[in-house]
This record gives sequence, C-alpha cells and structure tokens, in this order.
Amino acid sequence: MSGPDGIDRADRVVRLSGVGRVFARRDGSVMTALEGIDLDIRRGEFVSLIGPSGCGKSTLLRIIGDLISPSSGSAIVNGKPAERARLDRDYGMVFQAPVLFDWRTVEDNVKLPLEIQGLDAARRQARAAEMLDLVELEDFVHHYPWQLSGGMQQRVAIARALAFEPSILLMDEPFGALDEMTRERMNSEVQRIWERTGTTIVFVTHSIPEAVFMSSRVVVMSPRPGRIASVIDVDLPRPRDEETRESDRYFELVTQVREALRGRDGLTDPDTEAIASARRTSTEGAVG
Amino acid sequence: MATTVIQRDRTSVWRGSSVRSRARPLVTFGLFLLVILAVWEGVKFLGGGPWRPIGAGPGAPVVWDPPFRWAFANDLNLPHVWNIVYALGQPFQRNADQSLAEYLVGASLYTWREAGIGFLLGAFLGLLLATIFVHSRLLERAFVPYVIASQTIPIIALAPLIVFALGQGILSVVIIATYLTFFPVTIAMIRGLRSFDPRSLELMRSYAASRATIYWKLRLPASMPYLFTALKIAASASIVGAIIGEDTGGIQAGLGRVITTFNQYYITGPEKLWAAILAASLLGVVFFGCIRLAEVLILRGRTAPSTT
Repeated sequence: MSGPDGIDRADRVVRLSGVGRVFARRDGSVMTALEGIDLDIRRGEFVSLIGPSGCGKSTLLRIIGDLISPSSGSAIVNGKPAERARLDRDYGMVFQAPVLFDWRTVEDNVKLPLEIQGLDAARRQARAAEMLDLVELEDFVHHYPWQLSGGMQQRVAIARALAFEPSILLMDEPFGALDEMTRERMNSEVQRIWERTGTTIVFVTHSIPEAVFMSSRVVVMSPRPGRIASVIDVDLPRPRDEETRESDRYFELVTQVREALRGRDGLTDPDTEAIASARRTSTEGAVG
Repeated sequence: MATTVIQRDRTSVWRGSSVRSRARPLVTFGLFLLVILAVWEGVKFLGGGPWRPIGAGPGAPVVWDPPFRWAFANDLNLPHVWNIVYALGQPFQRNADQSLAEYLVGASLYTWREAGIGFLLGAFLGLLLATIFVHSRLLERAFVPYVIASQTIPIIALAPLIVFALGQGILSVVIIATYLTFFPVTIAMIRGLRSFDPRSLELMRSYAASRATIYWKLRLPASMPYLFTALKIAASASIVGAIIGEDTGGIQAGLGRVITTFNQYYITGPEKLWAAILAASLLGVVFFGCIRLAEVLILRGRTAPSTT
C-alpha cells in the first residue's frame, strides 16, 4: 500500500506528523522547542538531523525514541505509537557520552540489554562477541571502561546499542566529544556497520561534513521554534571513503547544507546566521 | 596495536606501585604505634611511680625513680605497657586455667558473633529503608526525620528499654547492635542509590527496563562505593552496640561483661582493663579490615587503581 507521498507504508519506520514540543520555564513562561515537524523515515535510511544548538534536534530524536513525549502531533514508529515501539525494544540508543557502566567489563556492558531482554547466557555470549567483532574491539572484551580511550568507549556503546538488533538506531551527537581524527574514523566505521547491518539510523549532529559524509538524507533544522528548514538528499555513491571526502559532489552538498543552515530560503534570522557562520569557520579547516 | 601496548604498560606500572602503596599504610600505622608507646612510657619515665621489674609486686626493688609524681601517670591510672603485655600471659583471675589473652580472644569472638548478626540485620534493614525511600519521595520526607531522631537518643538510655522489652539475652544485644548499624547504611544508601549517572536512566528507559531491573542492574551496583563506606562505619558501631548491650542485657560472656568486671576490680589489676580495651579496639580494627577486604575484592577493576 502506498501513502500519499508514495512511500510504501511497510517501508516506513518513522512517521512524524505535526510534532511539537513546549517546555515550561522556571518563571512560568513556555518555550517552544519544536513546532510542526513532519518527517518520514524509510527502512534502511541514514538520516541526519543537523542544526544550530537549541534547534530541538536532540528533543526530536528523544521524541522518536519515546524518551520525551510530544506536546502535539504524533510519532509513529514501525506502525505503532513510539511508546509501544520502545516497550517492544525497537530502538538502540547511542548518546553523546558513552554511558558505560563502570562496574562491568566491555563484554558485560554489551550484554546488558540482552540480559534485560532475557536472552540465555550462551546467546548473550555469542551476540556480544559478534558485536564486539563488528566494532573491532575483540581484544578488549575483559577490559573495564576506564581502560579505554573515548573513541573506544563510544564503539562499545555502539556495539551495545546494536546488540539486540534494533530496527532503528538513534544516535545523539555520538562523536561530539571526540577529536576530529577519531571522529572521521568513527564516521567510516558507522558507515561500514550501517552497510553491513542495514539498520535504519537517525543521527543528530552539528557537524556539516559528518552529516553529508554519512547520510542518505540530511534534515536541516532552524531554531526558535525548532522547525525543519529543508531536507537534502545526499546522492554520493557508496561505499564512501576518503576519496568521497575530496569529491566535487561532496563539496557541493556541504555548501548546500551550509546555505540551508544559514537560512537562504527566507528563513534568515540573525542568530541562526551568527551560529551558522561560526560553525562554518570551525568546520572549514576540517573540510579543506 | 599501539593502544594495546599502552594499556599493558599502564597495567604493569600500576601493579608495581600498588605493592608499595599497600605496604605504606602498614608502615605508617606501625610508626604511629611506636610514637604512642614512646609518649606513654616517656610520661611514666618523668612522672610515674617507681619503676620495678616486670610483673613484680610493690615490695620489689626500684629500678628507676622518676623525678616527678604525676597522679595521671601513676601505675594505677596508666600501667606500664610491658605490664599489660605481661598480664596477657597470666591467668585472667586467680586459679583460672585460661590466660588473660585466651580469655579475651574468647570474649572477643563471642562479642563479634553478636555484633556480626546485628551488623547483618542492620545492613539489611538500612538497605531496605533506603530502597523504599529512593522510590518514594513522600515516604522519604515523612520518615527520614524519624530515622535521624532515632540516633539522637543515647544508646545507654535506650538499651535498658530494649532489654526490658525483649528480656535479658542475646536477642537484646543483637537488636541494640542492629539499632546502631542500620543508620549509617540508610543515610549513605539514600545517596548511593541515586548516585548513578542520570543519562544511564535514559539508557535503561530505552531498553524498556522495569523499576526492579533498574534497581538491580543500575542503582544497586552504582551504589557499592557508598555501601562499603557505610558498612565500615557500621562495623565499628555494631561492636560498640554489642558491648553496651552485653553489659545492660546481663550477658555473662563477651567483652562487655569482661570490661564491666575488670572495671569493678580495677584496683587489683588495672592492666586487665587496659588489655580488654585493647582487645575491643583490635576487634573493631579486624572487623573493619574484613569489610575493607570485601570492598577491594568487589570493587576491583571498576575504576582506575588510584581511586579505590
């Protein structure tokens, strides 16, 4: 069956319609974090949410994952309300911090969701080994989190999120705290994992190169209130590698995202402009 | 891989220094003990009673006659260290088969058993109360003030009431030890069970984890450092509780009874009371050490070695 937008319904993992979210401030006034968000995400897509700080991209991700509920509109995941999908364990979450349990070894951290899911010990063991293989940490299974670097810890978090084969992986600026070199390596790694597992990924970032390099679609958001400013399809060929980062098409797309962030289509707001240009200066070095 | 090598290096450096860093507190402890002994005997050297050979009675020849006579340093108030040690090897009372040392070890073990049961009950009660309080703000606000008030009542005022209610016997002693033990555990664990990284709660939510799962897999393991800090306080408190309880509860064995008896006959053998006090503090140190050992074993690995 086809919806009005031509997307097969069974193929649609996430459907957001008219999603809005307001937060109450301490002084009693309300702050509109999100307003009128409509977004469909197809199975197997890699969608990045990008925008300046305060544009509500993390809030939107949390609404998809039912960690926050929307004030208006609806979030449907895998054809059911987001809460049902969370209770059915359809999600894997990766946060900005790895949030590993420091009393568990790397392996036991990866097993955590499997224990909660009630898998037996043998299957947990096999699954954890497989996942740690995937993120290339098979030599560190018995290490404790403090013994790993930040990038390695984040890879453990990814292995943990993928452990119960979620149909959708939600990543909230997972590499925001890493240095540029590690970040690029992690981008390639997530790229590879995505290609191997076929999991749908929603990825929040404020790095333009990261969004373009990894995504099949980039959703550009603008702040106050958080809205979708534009959606850019990324048609770079796969597999993407270091050459991709140097191709003309890549630069065109980076520019396109940057201009969308700047609000060329009449959405200009002095604040957005300032933030976007600050970000441009900070990312330019990395791009060139 | 380069990282592997770095990891291994770090681990081996840590092992090497940990032997030294574990030995250091023992050396410091020993030195401090020597200082105490030196001050103790130094005071007696200047202002104690006439020094006589070890274990000798009042008629024996004087070896050293201190220049001053300070009342607090005479042989009744502050016996010689070697006389305390000597007394340990003598029968604990006239015509007894057991030496004082054996007698004190027996009494200590008896007290430890009572304190141990009280400690376990108290730790369990403390954990239970903290678990209830962290899950209900309402109950926390309503009952924590009572928990705190309970500890402002002096135990020597409360102990007779407990004995009166439960009768003389080991049960009363255990309950008194429990009473002193649950408090530090409750207070520490109200903090400890909330000490997890708030982001891990979001993680658990994304797994659709139940409150029970969150408790067992997140709250409780995250609280372990707090639990052990509380248990170390509770260990010494339980021994104090047991000793006071034995005295009030009319128990015929244990350190409490020994201390009361030696107190009554202090004039005839001050060394014995000092030896009993020594035994009581040693018991506290040993109990504390056991908890510390459990802590090291259970928390092993979870943080960088310098912080555990």
